[in-house]
Amino acid sequence: MTQKATESLVVDNLNVSIEGQPILKNINVFFPVNKITCIVGPSGCGKSTLLRCLNRLTENIDGFTIKGSVLIDGQDIVTADDEHLIELRRHVGLVPQRPCPLPMSIYDNVAYGCRIHGMHTRKHEMDETVERYLTEVGLWDEVKDRLRRPATRLSIGQQQRLCLARSLAVEPDFILADEATSALDPISSKTIEELFVRLKEKYTIIMVTHTLPQALRIADYAVFLYLGEIVEEGDASQVFRSPKNELTKRYLSGLFS
Amino acid sequence: MTHIRIRQIEEKVMRGVMLVATLIVLGAVISILGTILIRGCKALSWDMVSKFPGKEWNTAPDGGFLNAILGSLYVVIPAAVIGACISIPVVFYITMYKRRRTGVSYIIRLAFDVLYGIPPIVYGAFAFLVMVGVGMRASVLGGIMVTVLLIVPMMIRSGDEIAKTVPDEMVDAVYSLGATKWETVWVVLKHILPGMLTAFLLAVGRAIGDAAAVMFTAGFSDQPAHSLSDPTATLPLAVFNWIIMPDPFPGRAYAAALVLTILVLTLSIASRVITRRITRLNK
Repeated sequence: MTQKATESLVVDNLNVSIEGQPILKNINVFFPVNKITCIVGPSGCGKSTLLRCLNRLTENIDGFTIKGSVLIDGQDIVTADDEHLIELRRHVGLVPQRPCPLPMSIYDNVAYGCRIHGMHTRKHEMDETVERYLTEVGLWDEVKDRLRRPATRLSIGQQQRLCLARSLAVEPDFILADEATSALDPISSKTIEELFVRLKEKYTIIMVTHTLPQALRIADYAVFLYLGEIVEEGDASQVFRSPKNELTKRYLSGLFS
Repeated sequence: MTHIRIRQIEEKVMRGVMLVATLIVLGAVISILGTILIRGCKALSWDMVSKFPGKEWNTAPDGGFLNAILGSLYVVIPAAVIGACISIPVVFYITMYKRRRTGVSYIIRLAFDVLYGIPPIVYGAFAFLVMVGVGMRASVLGGIMVTVLLIVPMMIRSGDEIAKTVPDEMVDAVYSLGATKWETVWVVLKHILPGMLTAFLLAVGRAIGDAAAVMFTAGFSDQPAHSLSDPTATLPLAVFNWIIMPDPFPGRAYAAALVLTILVLTLSIASRVITRRITRLNK
């Protein structure tokens, strides 16, 4: 088991194309540790593709080609063989756009990742792990009496927190969130946002968001993508409040989306 | 006529067309089941389903067609097990390892589409040629072989369709936890199990009722099969043979058809019940 640490995540000269169409061009970014980085930009600018490249969830995309590197604590996930890929992915948790509980119980959803990695093999250890991460996402009190019930019976907001607990249970260093609140009601969205703000003490969080007010509320660092290129990046307060680039200014003022 | 009136008429006409089409299908089902039920019940007796053909079977009510019932089961049960063992890994291979629409996955899918479209009689003729080639005679084993050929494309095709319903988010979620493709297969299996089970039972249901495939390969015999190399009667072939023969055979054909229908209906209902139960547990 690796020690929980603040590892670095660096994208170096990343170029991606799908069926010959360039999607990401010369992306270079260093995601600051223990901060929330928001990737913003208009629809189709490559935000989600960039996020998926960070844990190489790109293999099922037809006609996908990738060049450059994504270094997780110095190890390149782009060229990693299957064995290393599995280990590297464990360091990068994912909270999907739509909550997607696995077809098993609430308990097993959290325990699944630990089981496949051979973590917490004793029952009482696993019980403690499940309780710890369900507590961390604020779900324990709501589900402690129905841990063996199917996870799909939870509300959408609860399912999303369960997905987060599932990702945290394998002790990642990074959390990727792909518009993680877009399918949720305002109250559940607020809960998730508050969770991210709390979790950044332990994890480096990278989220794609389409909602500018959300990025304004929680981002420490911002990356503005336009047509597959990074137009501007920097401290969120600087990018959002006094952008240097004309395109960023126009995007933030709502001239295009 | 106002535009709204035209739209109302259009609505009524289309609803009428749908209703008529539904009634035609329902009418066909009711008349088929009704004929089998009425004629079958008239001829069916306990002896027919519990005894083998007696010495006077060809001229008088002596014995039953237990040999054909058992023959169908001898052929279909092993074929279903072998078919499932072949089809399920293929479904997972094209779903998990060939998920991208590459040339290979296209060719694999096209091949199974072609196999699915081949009429059972052609499978029967092919299997017969192979059997002649290796010096094998019509037997239970021949019947099993051809029934496997029938079941496999049906299961793969429906399995592939069911596997396409697995949300990408679920596969991504499992991968992102650091699972291998093989570990991901198990999670996907839990998701598609009810559908796969339905596909399996429906494929078995179709295979058990097919006469053309077993005509050349399983043969026909009034004696029960004692080994894999013995020829055996099967229910669909019994119906096919007896319906054109003089009395008392047509009555027996309807009785055999009734038994066959009950078997297929039982499989259909079982698949629905099991599917509903597993779905309820999963969701």
